[in-house]
Amino acid sequence: MSSYFKILRPGINSTFQDLGRFQLQHLGVAPSGCMDKFLFSISNKLVGNNSSEGALEFAYQGPLLELVGESALVAVSGRINFNITKKNGDLIKGKPNESFLIQDGDKIDILSTIDSAYGYLSVAGGFKLKEVNGSISTLVRARIGPKDGDKLKIGEKIFLNDISSSGVKNKIKLHFEKNNTIRVIKGLQFNYFSNKSREVFFSKEYKVTRLTDRMGMRLEGEKLENIVSTNIKSEGIIKGSVQIPGDGQPIILLSDHPTIGGYPKIANIITADYDKLVQKIPGSKIKFKMVDLTIAESAFRQYVRKF
Amino acid sequence: MLKKISNIGDCGISCDFGDEVSKKTNREVIKLFNFIMDSIKSKKLKGILNSTPSYNKLIINFDLAKVKSKELIEFIKSNDYSKTILSEKNKNVEIPICYDEEFALDIKRLENKTKLSFKEIVEKHLKTNFFVYMIGFVPGHPFMGDLGKELEIDRLETPRVKLPKGSVGVVEKFCNIYSFESPGGWNIIGKTPFDLFDINKKDPSKLLPGDTVKFKSISKKEFLTFKNE
Repeated sequence: MSSYFKILRPGINSTFQDLGRFQLQHLGVAPSGCMDKFLFSISNKLVGNNSSEGALEFAYQGPLLELVGESALVAVSGRINFNITKKNGDLIKGKPNESFLIQDGDKIDILSTIDSAYGYLSVAGGFKLKEVNGSISTLVRARIGPKDGDKLKIGEKIFLNDISSSGVKNKIKLHFEKNNTIRVIKGLQFNYFSNKSREVFFSKEYKVTRLTDRMGMRLEGEKLENIVSTNIKSEGIIKGSVQIPGDGQPIILLSDHPTIGGYPKIANIITADYDKLVQKIPGSKIKFKMVDLTIAESAFRQYVRKF
Repeated sequence: MLKKISNIGDCGISCDFGDEVSKKTNREVIKLFNFIMDSIKSKKLKGILNSTPSYNKLIINFDLAKVKSKELIEFIKSNDYSKTILSEKNKNVEIPICYDEEFALDIKRLENKTKLSFKEIVEKHLKTNFFVYMIGFVPGHPFMGDLGKELEIDRLETPRVKLPKGSVGVVEKFCNIYSFESPGGWNIIGKTPFDLFDINKKDPSKLLPGDTVKFKSISKKEFLTFKNE
């Protein structure tokens, strides 16, 4: 019989994710997929998986899982505080961004993310999950994905794919940027905002609020004044859009975004800075910097070189 | 006609067909949408992640590692997609609706605002040939039009926190169907037992942008015994 993880504690918001589910947005299905693409690819790389293999994403407090069956090569990526409890009771401090072997009866206890929101757990060979439209990504709001599109639940068994050898241990040294500048390109409705508000948007800090999840990040700061209309004809949404509803406070739309929306957008986060943005926890302050398409594309080339 | 193409961030473009919300404008949007989907299928276009039509725009999201906005804009500009025939792609769908007072939550409001009896409202609703402008908000949820002027009313002052799945709503010249239980501010005229979305089917959504819809009145008994395929 194949090995599995028994879920002893699901964590706050643990879901299976891969690179996302596409070609369905015109039917109302958001792409979903991992929030931090870089850390997602690192956890796969550490266990020798293909970079698009599904991983377990967790936020803030992660799960407590027990392995039942054959030994497995596992990695946890991110800035993560976690422990491994061996079957005999020995407690080992977990090392993130480094793969490790666990045996039958060992438990992985992901206590918390440190000064960041998301982390990933990958296992060599991947999890045995049923793809839905070519992806194992979970969109909880629409109940789309494996395990009935739901978050991880207590008592569940998550089976692992059978593999011939468990692979070799690996370790990657990661450098986590501390700066709070997020680069953006002017949005489709940039001209809806007063000159003063455009200046404010690029000079003042905005605070990440608690109203932040996989769907969007609500910010708080100086109110942005719309001089044209606070509603537009509903149009398609792309992740990283910074929309400004009537109250003048920005909402950045993230991976589980609504498929269409009717608020004006002042800016769009460049792809190279998306991972950095999603890791900002409530209370952090961010500052927007305007760049043009050429700079964004060259920043992207640099970003992919890290993978 | 396509008025303007602009980039959205570094991984998207907006194809803007002007400010008018009409079937004529929307048909142009859907022609381009169908052309993009065909070009993906025939591998003339790579790296497209999603293509989302709305009333007057087509928003395309792509993988920056595979294509750049400049290339995509050039591709669209250099192709003539105006010949795409919509009737080949789109279909007419008949959707059962029960106007029983248990389901038509806003009978009174509809009567007060339109100065028509509910019977007259239902007749006009049944007579309308609806055009699906777009699908979104939640999976399978259609935005359809156009209702006659005499049925146009505003959205509720206070949206409902929860509307049952299948509720059919009207606002201004538009009609929608809540494909999942969700919050909503539309005036509810009836309810359908017809499932609009199932992710496990080959074609998950019963409706596509550009389809046409006609409602068919059913009794409460037929509603309760209705079976989805």
